[in-house]
Amino acid sequence: MSEAPLLRTPLYDLHVSLDARVVPFAGYEMPVQYPTGILTEHNWTRGSAGLFDVSHMGQAFLVGPDRATTAAAIEKLVPGDVAGLAHARIRYTQLLNPQGGIIDDLMIGRSASAADDGALGLVVNASRKEEDFAWIAEHLPANVKLVRADDRALVALQGPKAAEVMARHAPNAIDLGFMMAASAEFDGFDCHIARSGYTGEDGFEISIKADKVRALAGALLAEPEVKPIGLGARDSLRLEAGLCLYGHDIDETTSPVEADLVWSIGKRRRMEGGFIGSARVLRELAEGPARKRVGIRPEGRAPARDGTIVTDMAGRRIGLITSGGFGPTANGPIAMGYVEAAFAAPGTAVQLIVRDKPMPAKVAAMPFVPHHYKR
Amino acid sequence: MKYTKDHEWIKVEGDTATIGITNHAQEQLGDVVFVELPAIGKKVVKGGEAAVVESVKAASEVYAPVTGEVTAVNKELEGDPALVNRGAEGDGWFMKVRLKDKSELADLMDKAAYDKFVAA
Repeated sequence: MSEAPLLRTPLYDLHVSLDARVVPFAGYEMPVQYPTGILTEHNWTRGSAGLFDVSHMGQAFLVGPDRATTAAAIEKLVPGDVAGLAHARIRYTQLLNPQGGIIDDLMIGRSASAADDGALGLVVNASRKEEDFAWIAEHLPANVKLVRADDRALVALQGPKAAEVMARHAPNAIDLGFMMAASAEFDGFDCHIARSGYTGEDGFEISIKADKVRALAGALLAEPEVKPIGLGARDSLRLEAGLCLYGHDIDETTSPVEADLVWSIGKRRRMEGGFIGSARVLRELAEGPARKRVGIRPEGRAPARDGTIVTDMAGRRIGLITSGGFGPTANGPIAMGYVEAAFAAPGTAVQLIVRDKPMPAKVAAMPFVPHHYKR
Repeated sequence: MKYTKDHEWIKVEGDTATIGITNHAQEQLGDVVFVELPAIGKKVVKGGEAAVVESVKAASEVYAPVTGEVTAVNKELEGDPALVNRGAEGDGWFMKVRLKDKSELADLMDKAAYDKFVAA
């Protein structure tokens, strides 16, 4: 990855013109923050509306002859219930390897229109898209194709004022509930709009042709409620919301059961199994996982970062922090990580080894900040 | 005021030095959310770790520009770590150290040299 030249999203010039600090991320030159800084951007998103460029993420369509064939093809690779998706619904699930580890987490959506019923939309992580698309293509039957949508950009508008801003540009979008999506027009441009995001707030994710995204971003940034938000605040927002970051909180060694993502595994899928990685998933569902992803709150003010060792009160190692930092809305340090199952109950006292010293902490329920989704 | 290549500043009055991080350093760190200061009486060594400053993004070590004994720390930073952002080279100071060897100051940069170092 490091030797490959860095890519740019169609909004790169906009980020530079806004004086963003640009850093390498997942093979792209991305804005980590704008001049006002991460705390201000975080708080702006919680209080108003933030615009995120997520065009580096991978978009694709699965195209088959009919709905049942396409759904069955992807259900071989994920534990989520795709066949049961209603029109205009999107679902969070994971691509699993044969050992039940997570290749990536992704969104799968079904069109609002019956005319598109052989197709499903996919959005995957930037850092994993080449692996994901190769893995999916390799496992599809001959009559289902993976069609990459590299000509599309993606932006997210997140926060309590996102809906009133969207109402001015894409009035149909505000009829969508959380985890719904539809084709819509934004100022006359064709796009796909989903009511979803990675902040815990109400908001929208808008997929649009790359050559139109600059105009869309400009229209949103012209609204007084909207400011651009970088990757730094994206990370603190998703951590407060208790959402996993691929490569940190989930990876090819962690299963969806260990990662506390059981809610995303369809009931029918648990009964039937039959997906790649199902042996481990079904065993862990029946017996319980040996370790579990939990929230952790350090008791002092010092943050515990990714890689911090978690011990019991006697000093025995019981786990590892996978994401950690300062939660501006939680107003203190917050973290998530894996601990042995016996220590996973909220309120359990543990220690974090920060700079070689044990620091008191407690296992905590997530999210750290309540979700404000549009139900 | 003198400066180090690790972006600390030091101001000497008599045999006591006040130490903090530079304005350039706070700009690079971004919003400071926690500062871990040494205990009073701790012996610090020139170039050794003396404090830790945590921004939203990451933790960074602060190194002692000189050898000596910590005589005071800035208690204000406990409740208001953002003071480092608002006044890095003033109210956001970290610690005072009683100097052991004033000759250690000789190889530190003056303002002009530090500005040139940062620009490069």
